[in-house]
Amino acid sequence: MTELLERIGFLQQGPFSVPRWEALFASMDLLWDGALVTLLVASLGLALALALGTIIGVMSASQWKIPRALARAYVEFYQNTPLLIQVFMIFNAIPILFTGMFIPVITIGILGVGMYHGAYIAEVVRAGIQSIGRGQLEAAISQGFGYIGAMRYIIIPQAMRVVLPPLTNQAVSLIKNTSVLAVIAGGDLMYAGDAFAGRYGHYGPTYIVVGLLYFVMCFPLARLARRLESRSKVA
Amino acid sequence: MIELVGVNKHFGLHHVLKDINLDVPSGQKLVIIGPSGSGKSTLIRCINMLEKPSSGTVTVDGIEVTAHRAPIAKVRQQVAMVFQSFNLYPHKTVLENVTLAPIVVSGVSREEATESGLRYLERVGLSEKADKYPAQLSGGQQQRVAIARALNMHPKIMLFDEPTSALDPEMIQEVLEVIIGLAQSGITMLVVTHEMGFAKEAADRVIFMDDGMILEDGTPEHFFENPQNDRTKLFLSKILR
Repeated sequence: MTELLERIGFLQQGPFSVPRWEALFASMDLLWDGALVTLLVASLGLALALALGTIIGVMSASQWKIPRALARAYVEFYQNTPLLIQVFMIFNAIPILFTGMFIPVITIGILGVGMYHGAYIAEVVRAGIQSIGRGQLEAAISQGFGYIGAMRYIIIPQAMRVVLPPLTNQAVSLIKNTSVLAVIAGGDLMYAGDAFAGRYGHYGPTYIVVGLLYFVMCFPLARLARRLESRSKVA
Repeated sequence: MIELVGVNKHFGLHHVLKDINLDVPSGQKLVIIGPSGSGKSTLIRCINMLEKPSSGTVTVDGIEVTAHRAPIAKVRQQVAMVFQSFNLYPHKTVLENVTLAPIVVSGVSREEATESGLRYLERVGLSEKADKYPAQLSGGQQQRVAIARALNMHPKIMLFDEPTSALDPEMIQEVLEVIIGLAQSGITMLVVTHEMGFAKEAADRVIFMDDGMILEDGTPEHFFENPQNDRTKLFLSKILR
């Protein structure tokens, strides 16, 4: 009996005790607000990443030296430096470079994850384009398409099939990576959780629930990636 | 219609075309014959600038395509190409394959492109396949669609790069018949092929290439009955047995 009480003692005291859970559930609004900010940053960040990734991916698959070199430089820079430092630089360096320029934190988040994942998506897009046989580009060019037109109407629609599963995986890590905003007071889910937990030390329940909320946002996408993958294998 | 002057092409150390001079008048049906690696495909790919000559000039319908900033895309709309491996767009239906470039590149209306596209599909005997995808067709059917796609650009010149080489033997004839039918029209045609029967039947000029040079140039009768060059004779003796 005493042994059992000792076992469930974690419910009375310690990081996961019942009062901490109660306190958290009374303040769930904070987390909901944070989750909304995370969703907003993630969806706009994803839109930016897709746009950048497509343009830069097309550039790095092209035959022209200068666009290719620019694309390579971009990808290498963003892939080989930590996201946290990139976001820190946007937050702190821009107001110095452009004196007095104020960028809302949410915009910083969108720029941060958008540009970072844009680099990864560019690599996915480049690999997708290069997986399409050379004959397709030649056929298009021989009919009078320019490079961009050939990409738009013939190469990219075919590359989409190959590219969709890894793109969905990028969306998943993009959602999780919005949590770097917490470091610069971003109002996102991670920040909201951290701020609440830090005040009274309710880290245990808060991190479990915050983790669950991230899972709920990411899991459907991860499942979608799996489904697309098996479909592109069949086709 | 097509004029090549002093055309050379190098791939690295490999000298693929050696000082080629060639004049193809409007409406001519020119067949290019030669062993593999002789430069025949490279030659016709220089005409629509899929390969850029290392030196020399190529003039198509009065436009020097080798010139700096030549309107190559415009010229390519006049010069349709049929490839050995068909290169149909697999994500588009047969009809879309035939109408895409006319609509997007040439700015023809969808109705007009569809109407003429269906007419050309009819001409290659495939109008009932208009809504199928390329993967649902046989090789011979795919190549006929590729010909319809080329025709729907209303080209002045058609380039055929070994159009039957990737086909199973029983499908070669159906494609050749379509090309022979086209040879009745006024269109200028350059055909790289190993089909000697086709050369005899449809060509009004045959050139023989080997090692990057044009070694024989004349009518089919001349080519098959009275070749001058020793290498031509050797090639023919191997092929016509």
